[in-house]
Amino acid sequence: MNPRVFVPGDAAAAAVGADEVATAVAAEAARLGVPVQIVRNGSRGVFEFETLVEIETGAGRIGYGPIYPEDVAGLMAAGFLQGGPHPKRVGRPEALPFLARQTRLTFARCGLTDPFSIDDYRANGGIVGLEKALRLGPAEIVERVKASGLRGRGGAGFPAGIKWETVARAQALQKYVVCNADEGDSGTFADRMLLEGDPFLLIEGMVIAGLAVGASQGFIYVRSEYPHAIAAIRRATAAARATGLLGASAGGGSRAFDIEVRVGAGAYVCGEETALLESLEGKRGQVRAKPPLPAHAGLFGRPTLVNNVLTLAAVPFILAQGADAYASLGHGRSRGTLPVQLAGDVRNGGLFETPFGMPLAELVDDIGGGTLSGRPVRAVQVGGPLGAYFPRTLFDTPLDYEAFAARDGLIGHGGVVVFNDTVDMGQQARFALEFCAIESCGKCTPCRIGSVRGAETLDRILAGERPEANLAVLNDLCEVMAAGSLCALGGLTPYPVRSALKHFAEDFGAVPRAAADVS
Amino acid sequence: MPDGLPNSPWSAARASEIIAEGGAGALLPLLHALQAEFGCVPDAAVPLLASALNLSRAEVHGVLTFYHDFRRTPVEGHLVRLCRAEACQARGGREVEATLKAALEIDAGVTLEAVYCLGLCASGPAALVNGKPVARLHGARLTQLIEALRT
Repeated sequence: MNPRVFVPGDAAAAAVGADEVATAVAAEAARLGVPVQIVRNGSRGVFEFETLVEIETGAGRIGYGPIYPEDVAGLMAAGFLQGGPHPKRVGRPEALPFLARQTRLTFARCGLTDPFSIDDYRANGGIVGLEKALRLGPAEIVERVKASGLRGRGGAGFPAGIKWETVARAQALQKYVVCNADEGDSGTFADRMLLEGDPFLLIEGMVIAGLAVGASQGFIYVRSEYPHAIAAIRRATAAARATGLLGASAGGGSRAFDIEVRVGAGAYVCGEETALLESLEGKRGQVRAKPPLPAHAGLFGRPTLVNNVLTLAAVPFILAQGADAYASLGHGRSRGTLPVQLAGDVRNGGLFETPFGMPLAELVDDIGGGTLSGRPVRAVQVGGPLGAYFPRTLFDTPLDYEAFAARDGLIGHGGVVVFNDTVDMGQQARFALEFCAIESCGKCTPCRIGSVRGAETLDRILAGERPEANLAVLNDLCEVMAAGSLCALGGLTPYPVRSALKHFAEDFGAVPRAAADVS
Repeated sequence: MPDGLPNSPWSAARASEIIAEGGAGALLPLLHALQAEFGCVPDAAVPLLASALNLSRAEVHGVLTFYHDFRRTPVEGHLVRLCRAEACQARGGREVEATLKAALEIDAGVTLEAVYCLGLCASGPAALVNGKPVARLHGARLTQLIEALRT
């Protein structure tokens, strides 16, 4: 067999020239007359090294990075195909501390395999969970998901097993499984990486979910900002159909299950599950009032299981290795692993899957290696644009849904964005309100109006206009938004605003800290 | 570097074909398909969609104008969708935005739009240039992009 060269097809690699690198490797190999097989794998999630080119040798895979197209000729001349020395040689990728310190359950294969080869998927532990699920039957699948302690990874952290049970118990001729891949939070890319790097895992999870709740049709709703992920999951669903993983007897069982991939259109609010369902139905992505829950009356009014990519992708492991293997990891009521996404001004940015419980300081300073710019860390925003800004005094908070909630923060989808000391927290708070105003679906008044008025009021505060009176107004607005909004967009926008006011009052003009600390 | 965007001239016959190919599918896939062909969803497409999906024209208009992605006139020249979200801000996104705006002022033929997160948050500042992701947009790479957009 020709030596295998791995050049990631992941969007984050493509964005720094991976496609051109792959072309250059092929051209240079042809010029030298050495046959190679180029595999477009997913990303390992160590983005400082992208494009991370790997060669398979007798001593395992050897990585080189970051490789730009202009590096390729020199790389080949340095004996790259034998794993030879080169200034950009990083050695065995799995020996990198960033990867060695992870517990990869969901991302076990991402970056290792050919994402579109079902044989590769099987050879690396895929399909085992589904085969077990087919033997267990619906009720027992639900029991195991419940026993695993898995909670919704989209942000709300609702126990997945309870949701599955509710849909399973609902009586209807047609039910649906909807995968929420509308990963709009800034600082998050785990769904994207998985869709591009190990799409069969999501498909397997959805087939199991269909089996458990009695649904024959699934939808994956991917955001349009992810062109690579859309192409990847479409290619993978076609391959799954061709090999019988999807279809009339999905995975070789007696039940039918198929998946349709749908593409969003640039509306952040469609990541909210009821807005997503409206969008799937071809309507404006406006939030629905709950109840009824989607589990009872979801897509087209039918019982619908809506789960995030990472929730569904955690299920094959739980079935294959047992609920206890998953539940034995974690912290408090947050069981299993969380694929953390380290982003912003951080030296070692990327995907870090770890059991719940790791303190924020360890993630940022130790794993993340501090800032890329070399400046001191001033703030960290966890959980996307609706997450709170934490100062260093709160860095002892462990990754745990309840621990973050106790400090007026949230874990959300696991995004951690690091800011250095040049950040203007007044502007960050203003951005949160501006973003809410841009993305509000307009259905409820607190969000639609509160965000606009909030930004105006904050502008006055930052301009030093009657700061105390305007702060009172802003706090009132935040209270109304938090208590009165229909969904998390309006309901959680106060988190970044109030946390910035509380912990970084010095950035809000000549406001005495006590006045800002009214929340 | 940047390839052009799809931009076929409007044809009601071609639009009807696309809508028929979409079958009983919902509205969003059809709007995407039309935009992929014509570079936008022109007003002339609205009655065609309404009639095919048994919707009112107001309903189609409502959906078309709700979503940030759909445009009613095509983009002329290059389209740069620069990420304005927090993770790119933390990596100098605001400065890149200012640099691009200043550089592109002297150059028509480039449309600069905001986008909120491309999932390239550990490699920012990032953008979609005519649909292609581009990251680490600082220093020489930013200069290269500006040069490429001028051609």
